[in-house]
Amino acid sequence: MKTELNAILPEIAVLVSACVILIADLFVPQAKRHVSFWLTQFALLATIWIVVATAQVAPVRAFSGMVVDDMLSDVLKLFALVAVSLMLFYSRAYLMARGLFRGEMFVLTLFALLGMMVMMSAGSFLTVYLGLELMSLSLYALVAMQRDSSAPSEAAMKYFVLGALASGMLLYGVSMIYGATGSVDLDRVAEATLGGQGNRTLLAFGLVFVVSGIAFKLGVVPYHMWVPDVYHGAPTAVTLLIGTAPKLAAFAFTLRVLAGALKGLEFDWQGMLVVLALLSMVLGNLVAIAQSNIKRMLAYSTIANMGFMLMGFLAADLNGYSAALFYTVAYVLTSLASFGVVLLLSREGFEADLIEDFRGLNRRSPWWAFIMLLVMFSLAGVPPTLGFYAKFAVLEAAVNQGFVWLAVVAVLTSVVGAFYYLRIVKLMYFDDPVDDSPIVARGDARALLSANGIALLVLGILPQYLMGLCTLAVTQSYF
Amino acid sequence: MDALIAPVRDLLGPAWLPVWTLVKIVALVVPLIIGVAYLTFWERKVIGWMQVRIGPNRVGPWGLLQPFADTAKLMFKEIVVPTGANRYLFFIAPMLAIGPAVAAWAVVPLTDTLVIADINAGLLYIIAMTSMGVYGIILAGWASNSKYAFLGALRSAAQIVSYELAMGFALVAVLMCANSLNLREIVAGQEGGAAHWYVWPLLPMFVVYIVSGIAETNRHPFDLAEGESEIVAGFHVEYSGVAFAVFFLAEYMSMILIAVLASVLFLGGWLSPFPQLNDLAIGGFAPLGDGLLWLGVKMAFVLLIFLWVRATFPRYRYDQVMRLGWKVFIPLTLVWIGFIGTMMQTRFAPMFH
Amino acid sequence: MLFSTAVFYVFAAILVFAALCVITVRNPVHAALWLVLSFFTAAAIWLLLGAEFLAITLVLVYVGAVMVLFLFVIMMLDVNFEDLRRDFRSYLPVGAAVGLLVLLEMVLVIVAGTAGAGSAGSLPAGSNTQALGRLLYVDYVYPFELAAVLLLVAIVAAIALTYRRRRGAKVQDPGAQVKVRREDRVRLLEMPAEKRDG
Repeated sequence: MKTELNAILPEIAVLVSACVILIADLFVPQAKRHVSFWLTQFALLATIWIVVATAQVAPVRAFSGMVVDDMLSDVLKLFALVAVSLMLFYSRAYLMARGLFRGEMFVLTLFALLGMMVMMSAGSFLTVYLGLELMSLSLYALVAMQRDSSAPSEAAMKYFVLGALASGMLLYGVSMIYGATGSVDLDRVAEATLGGQGNRTLLAFGLVFVVSGIAFKLGVVPYHMWVPDVYHGAPTAVTLLIGTAPKLAAFAFTLRVLAGALKGLEFDWQGMLVVLALLSMVLGNLVAIAQSNIKRMLAYSTIANMGFMLMGFLAADLNGYSAALFYTVAYVLTSLASFGVVLLLSREGFEADLIEDFRGLNRRSPWWAFIMLLVMFSLAGVPPTLGFYAKFAVLEAAVNQGFVWLAVVAVLTSVVGAFYYLRIVKLMYFDDPVDDSPIVARGDARALLSANGIALLVLGILPQYLMGLCTLAVTQSYF
Repeated sequence: MDALIAPVRDLLGPAWLPVWTLVKIVALVVPLIIGVAYLTFWERKVIGWMQVRIGPNRVGPWGLLQPFADTAKLMFKEIVVPTGANRYLFFIAPMLAIGPAVAAWAVVPLTDTLVIADINAGLLYIIAMTSMGVYGIILAGWASNSKYAFLGALRSAAQIVSYELAMGFALVAVLMCANSLNLREIVAGQEGGAAHWYVWPLLPMFVVYIVSGIAETNRHPFDLAEGESEIVAGFHVEYSGVAFAVFFLAEYMSMILIAVLASVLFLGGWLSPFPQLNDLAIGGFAPLGDGLLWLGVKMAFVLLIFLWVRATFPRYRYDQVMRLGWKVFIPLTLVWIGFIGTMMQTRFAPMFH
Repeated sequence: MLFSTAVFYVFAAILVFAALCVITVRNPVHAALWLVLSFFTAAAIWLLLGAEFLAITLVLVYVGAVMVLFLFVIMMLDVNFEDLRRDFRSYLPVGAAVGLLVLLEMVLVIVAGTAGAGSAGSLPAGSNTQALGRLLYVDYVYPFELAAVLLLVAIVAAIALTYRRRRGAKVQDPGAQVKVRREDRVRLLEMPAEKRDG
């Protein structure tokens, strides 16, 4: 029992702290809401410590196979915790200015994080699904938190309806897989599919539905409809949350389900992923050019990036998976910084979410213009930033497995993508500012955002440590 | 007994089981209806005495035929269907009210052997059945096409659903003590005299159960669904004659059901409070030993509480009713469940079994 | 034919009929009531299978609580189903296509041969309440607790999204009202009797 509980210690920590904050927040007057904020940060820090302290190379299965505690889950949880913590720091002033600096905000964020962590160490379709719902439900509510304007409600509604549809598809697929293999345990399903047991037609149908569910959560074409609307409509702080940590959970989900449980159907899902990756990269990059809102632009950029990440997956070997993990982590770090800058520039009554708002940023603040420059270079894949190395690793993995033509398309679409990323750089450095108001932000947010931006450069120059971690996570994982 | 039944059983062959069950049902329901009739009489008498009046005393000796006079009156009254009422639902509603109230009796054990269906999940079955009684009220309110009736129905629905939770939690405490959902086994767990009844370790739960029971049956002081002073007579304002009588019957049957459950779950059911009385047998039969007598006494006591409460308290306001249910009873029951759960892990565990 | 088989067919017929009525009747309250009937009949069929705990829980949760609240809401809302139905014809082809597709898939799967899972197996001996309890709290305790957390999130989210404390609204606090003692409201005065003059 003790080892079983050890395996879910981080989840327990997050759950307990969420409940404690939920109750403690009732007794905190509005003026002292930062108490809840710091409690949340403390909980995140404590959980990071637990994850690091209990990390071990040998995978552990607990609760009759429902939970898997391995390096992959530890690494992903670590990054998710850091991402959520940074998200709260970056968005603190933004939330305060919009009346969203409330206890429910922190609690729901923690619950969303809990859902992600459950997904990351899921050992059964049952836990995958429950984690997914826990995460999604909290995110739906977070999107709708800002009730005095209609855009968030609309975004939440779209997110909810399409999300429910995706969950339904996923469940339908899982039920078929269960019908064919007689188990929802990822391990048993893997055994059955590798052993060629079970009805192939049924498995293929199940696979189609499961891949659809995954594609929806990743937001890749043709299941991308929700991404731009939700990114645009949600408060930027929540967009930041949706755009970062859940991608890590979705990565774990994809890896454990496709590369783990459905390993025996590798040939089938490779074909599906090729289509998804191709369409996402082409459509994401092309449509992003036409956007005038930076949140929408970043949404399409997400679609394209997730398509790129899937390329690592469809290589279907350890190199490919490590490259995909590296790409996901790099993307999350970059996204954090990009939305962080948007949050930094916004103030009460002003969202700073138009591309025009970045005009002449260099005159207003050379430092933040430089950080944004790093972010855009990283997204575009310009060396020596982190994004370059991530793209390089994925392309290498895909080419090694013979997907040369797909790699060529990926490079071409990246060139297209570079256009709209670099357009922002051009606006910042070569145009005159339209808005001269000074940039004010809290010291902690400034320091962390600067560190985040610099990290993109440093990790790009020295990628081997992060890559080593990703390789370790994938090779020592249990899937 | 067996010698009498055996020839009939052979005669009927496969049809025996349904016929025998039907006979048992009739044997239970007929006394029950008579019990309801005299409960109404007893209620009027008791409240009369409490208010220093005499109560009904005109029909028959000591007024004992009063219930039959009332029944006859109601039977000959016209049933008026309001304009714009939904005819089918208007007539289905009283049946839906009484159906579950009677159906719940199927699993209630009156003695060790006297029970129609001795099922494993008996307690759960009773909760499920009583939770369905609310449909009769909601539909009556809605089908009447009258705003007073509708208001009463809405109040009642919210109230019953709220108090069901507290009641359910109180019953969870009982099944924790008894380790069983079977009513017969729950009583068997309380064997050994009055000191072993669950009412002692679960005293707060007993109080919650009784009060929730009053609220569940829409009785005074929680009869917001009727609320004569505000919404005339609530959900049954448009009903008259037999249709009204059926609602009346359902309410009193639920009352008796709550009383029998309180006796079975908390007060040791048919067990005698003093096990020594079982030894005072005359020719193998102990008149004061375990048996129907004691169950009857306990039920009468619980029913007296119902009447007593009615004669004593003023009606609650709606928000007060809701507050009591959600903010007092539910936390109280949860805390108590946690408490006994903890105590059962200690050396005091025998006190709770 | 066994007696229980006959009972099954009766219940099955009622269930199918009630389920059809749910989607065909015009009045939303009637539809909800047909749904209640179908839940109830489904519970009866489960009971025939010997799954007493699940059957009774179905009645308790869905019939006794969920549908009551459903009815509550439907009765309060003035849903005009004619408006909702107006576009029925235009959506019919799409809906029919999807329905046919699902049907086709089912047929394919069933015709393609037996699924691997086989039969559900026999019921465990003894009370199935205990058997289910053991499964839920031993083998499946982790997902079970997660489902509970999911419900907690639903509660928090629902309250966070709907609760607004309106400024200036006058509200009563029944808790404070209940706490009032006689001494707070009534003051007994000693008044010496006065002598009538004259």
